[in-house]
Amino acid sequence: MGNKQTIFTDEQLDAYQDCTFFTRKEILRLHGRYHELAPHLVPMDYTNEPDCKLPLALIVNMPELKENPFRNRIVESFSEDGMGNLSFNEFVDMFSVLSEMAPRELKAIYAFKIYDFNVDNYLCKEDLEKTLNKLTKEELTPEEVQLVCEKAIEEADLDGDNKLSFADFENMITRAPDFLSTFHIRI
Amino acid sequence: MARNVNFDLNYPLMEAGLESPVDEEGVHDSFNQLIAEQSQNGGISDAYELQQLQRELDEGRDDVAYLSSPGHEYRGRIKGRQDVEWDEDERQTDPLIAERWSSATLRILSSMPSRTIGRSRGAIISQYYNRTMQLRRRRQSRPSIKDFSRSARPSIRGYGIEADEADGEGTEVSKRERLVNNLQNLSVTDRVRMLRAMPLSVAEKSELRRLALQKEKQTLSGSKLPCCSRLKYYIIIAVRQSWYSWLSFLSSLQLWQVPLKRVSGRFGTGVLSYFIFLKTLLYFNLFLFLVTGAFLVLPQAVHPPVLPAGRRPFSGLELLTGAGYFSDTVMYYGYYSNDTLNKSCKDDGAVQNDPVSNSTGHDCVSKSLSYKMSLAYFFTIGMAFFFTCIILVYSMSKSFGRSFRIDKSHSILAMKAFCSWDFKVIKKTSVKLMSENICTQLKELLAEVNHKRVKNTVGQKLWRLMVHGLAWAICLASTAACATGIYFFSDHMHQNLQQSSRSVNQNPLLNEASLLALPVLVSLINLLLPGLFNLAAWMEDYESPSVRTYVAISRNLLLKVSVLGVLCYHWLGRVASDPSSIGLTCWESFVGQELYRFLLMDFIFTLLDTLFGEFLWGLFSEKVLRRRRKPAFDIARNVLELIYGQTLAWLGVLFTPLLPAVQILKLLLLFYIKMSSVMMNCQAPRKPYRVSQMTTVFITLLCFPSFLGASVCVTYTMWSIKPSASCGPFRGLKTMFEAGKQWVQEMEKHDPKLSVVARAHSYLVEHPLFLFVGAGIFLLVIYFHSQVVDGQRKIISLLQEQIENEGEDKKFLITKLQSIHEQKRTPARRLTSQDSAC
Repeated sequence: MGNKQTIFTDEQLDAYQDCTFFTRKEILRLHGRYHELAPHLVPMDYTNEPDCKLPLALIVNMPELKENPFRNRIVESFSEDGMGNLSFNEFVDMFSVLSEMAPRELKAIYAFKIYDFNVDNYLCKEDLEKTLNKLTKEELTPEEVQLVCEKAIEEADLDGDNKLSFADFENMITRAPDFLSTFHIRI
Repeated sequence: MARNVNFDLNYPLMEAGLESPVDEEGVHDSFNQLIAEQSQNGGISDAYELQQLQRELDEGRDDVAYLSSPGHEYRGRIKGRQDVEWDEDERQTDPLIAERWSSATLRILSSMPSRTIGRSRGAIISQYYNRTMQLRRRRQSRPSIKDFSRSARPSIRGYGIEADEADGEGTEVSKRERLVNNLQNLSVTDRVRMLRAMPLSVAEKSELRRLALQKEKQTLSGSKLPCCSRLKYYIIIAVRQSWYSWLSFLSSLQLWQVPLKRVSGRFGTGVLSYFIFLKTLLYFNLFLFLVTGAFLVLPQAVHPPVLPAGRRPFSGLELLTGAGYFSDTVMYYGYYSNDTLNKSCKDDGAVQNDPVSNSTGHDCVSKSLSYKMSLAYFFTIGMAFFFTCIILVYSMSKSFGRSFRIDKSHSILAMKAFCSWDFKVIKKTSVKLMSENICTQLKELLAEVNHKRVKNTVGQKLWRLMVHGLAWAICLASTAACATGIYFFSDHMHQNLQQSSRSVNQNPLLNEASLLALPVLVSLINLLLPGLFNLAAWMEDYESPSVRTYVAISRNLLLKVSVLGVLCYHWLGRVASDPSSIGLTCWESFVGQELYRFLLMDFIFTLLDTLFGEFLWGLFSEKVLRRRRKPAFDIARNVLELIYGQTLAWLGVLFTPLLPAVQILKLLLLFYIKMSSVMMNCQAPRKPYRVSQMTTVFITLLCFPSFLGASVCVTYTMWSIKPSASCGPFRGLKTMFEAGKQWVQEMEKHDPKLSVVARAHSYLVEHPLFLFVGAGIFLLVIYFHSQVVDGQRKIISLLQEQIENEGEDKKFLITKLQSIHEQKRTPARRLTSQDSAC
């Protein structure tokens, strides 16, 4: 119990519990994981909210993310500066959205951000190409990728602007029941 | 000016807008206004002002902060910059905007609502402001939104807030304040739910929460509150604290966190779903065990009945047969007494001396602190089934809602691209396999899209039909053969028992062992026939994997249902109708023992299957056949086996109150064995597996044939089979169900005022009319629901059409906007050229 007190105050833990999908214990475990990434950088004491950020390269090396083709995008989508540096809060945020309890809408918003490689708030052909190449490890020929892109956008685009807005994306997601269970990382 | 109009409508508002044409008009009006403004300006052709505007716009491209609303912070600026950069690129790539748009148009485009969803903080905050507002309205059960004046409707009001967003620096702050206000007024659970669902960073959310809490405290301490609401506040806080500690306690109970993560990291969601299903079953059994343990086993164990002498010694075979040494224990129905246990008296007796305890005992009976075993038995089993039913139906409906969406999916390729990656998988080889799978699936889909479907000739169709017919015939015939085989074998065993009960001098151990023959036969059939079905499916060569899975499931299900049907007939028809013919004094205990044996044999055969089917076969195919691939884990078959085992457990609860405990042990062991077997012998599945759909199917199977069948059997036993006369809590009664009736009658005798209860009981339980009415209402509700769903389906297709129309409108408006800009720009250019000429 004494150990618990030194990392976070009760007030902080309550706030985390109210704002994320984690319990106290899981928050502490997450802190452990975060600390483990860079023991000399991350302080054990978070009661006065130290300003400490870890670079993308460190976070991407976590076993949960290491093999994920979208690892860089995941981390970037959750970082405030867009460069992939994560503070502990953003780190918690990331796993909260990717947790089992997060609702579909929240997951959809961040999935959209992850797939939106050029950060233009639309999934355009370029984004889809990159997604496909990452998914298949560039096993498809460029022609096939082009064809898939065209067809996929044609299918999912509802308002006819040849790219997928968030509304299109969400509409598609609601029809893919497995999305909720697959867009989930156990921590 | 164009830049002062901000189309920051957020998403739910759009939805709300679509519901009523008036609101929609509101949205359109704003566009009209904008265009009118623009054309007005163009019409007057105020050359100087336009020139200035043009300059401003050009500067705007350099000064990025100008583009985003002034209230935005650093992040907003970054976003603005990216937007602008992207807009530059967009001109070349996007076919719609192939021509050069003026920057004013682009600015409007970039502030369109669909672009700001989930991005701009202001948009999110106002979106959630509206939501909290709606929630507050709903919770306070005020008149519905329709009764509000139009201006007070959330959508339009929200729109007003949005519209003045751009011209005030403090608007975001005030919006935030309003959001905090709303949050403060919500109940604790609603607030937490809102906060959690907000797509903001944790830091911001906790800031919002802090503000809301602060305000709450201020209002509490500032105003003179009546004592009771202060008390309420403290109670709320206390309840919340205890809720948190309860939650963390629950999360610490979360079983198998690490192994589940390992499995999901290696095999993905498909195989994981099997283990999660196993975990669900474990919880069901835990619930059953706790209920029967607390209300039946514990009271009876504390007050053991007087047993007939001559208990058989423990020989070891009991563990398999469940008979012998175990037969006179709390495990079985027969051990339970029909007495009234007087709890407090015995406790008192333990404290006081023996002679005194007798007198206190008499006192206690009159104090009605008694525990009537037969009633307890009846109601415990009934309630346990009732609650299990509710939980099952609830989880089934939830699962249905999650997996079967109303409309048919047609954007398969896009879904494959965006939703097929399993983020859980972390093992390198599995990741590689998954991307290969996705690749082949995409290729297949492409091929399908390209040349739709090759039409089969009549001959091919006939051939296929014949093959399917043959396969089904084989499966049905083998199932029927097995069922009749079990029927005759059980008959034979029954006659054997009859003979052996007549002849006295026989080895009891041998008799006991012979009881195992039937369970072994049934388990053997359950093990071997699925192999035959697989062979048939291989012969049929189904194209789509989901059809293949469904066919396999239905065949296996048919087999299991028919086997269980025959067995139920054997137990409830043959054994229960004439127990004395096979020398039984307590047929319930015998049936309980049979179920125990079946459960155990099922477990042993699953182990054998795991050993031979998975481990040795894997070794064989690797070493001898030189196959590189390990076999894939057959999720469907394994889940069906779990369901079969669970059906046995539910069937047996009435006769063996401790059967859930046995089942718990079995599931625990099974989890570890299957886990290690999967890890050692199996490979990530090659075929796509629709997890949520299959989970729904399995939950439905667990509910419909499994649980329903078991409860029908149990109810039939309670209602119309005569319980044994010399054992069990219901001895001396015509049916088990009479226990309740007797109790009510007794109560009525004791206290005539309670006759209403008795009458209600006789009407509710004994008359079939009530049952029919209940079932009728249930069917009506289902019918209405299906009608509602039908209506929703129509609305959805209408809405989709509407969205397409909106898209067309959007394109039209943008081109219109652009043409007006062009008009505006031409005179401006002319003017500048004149200037330079001068």
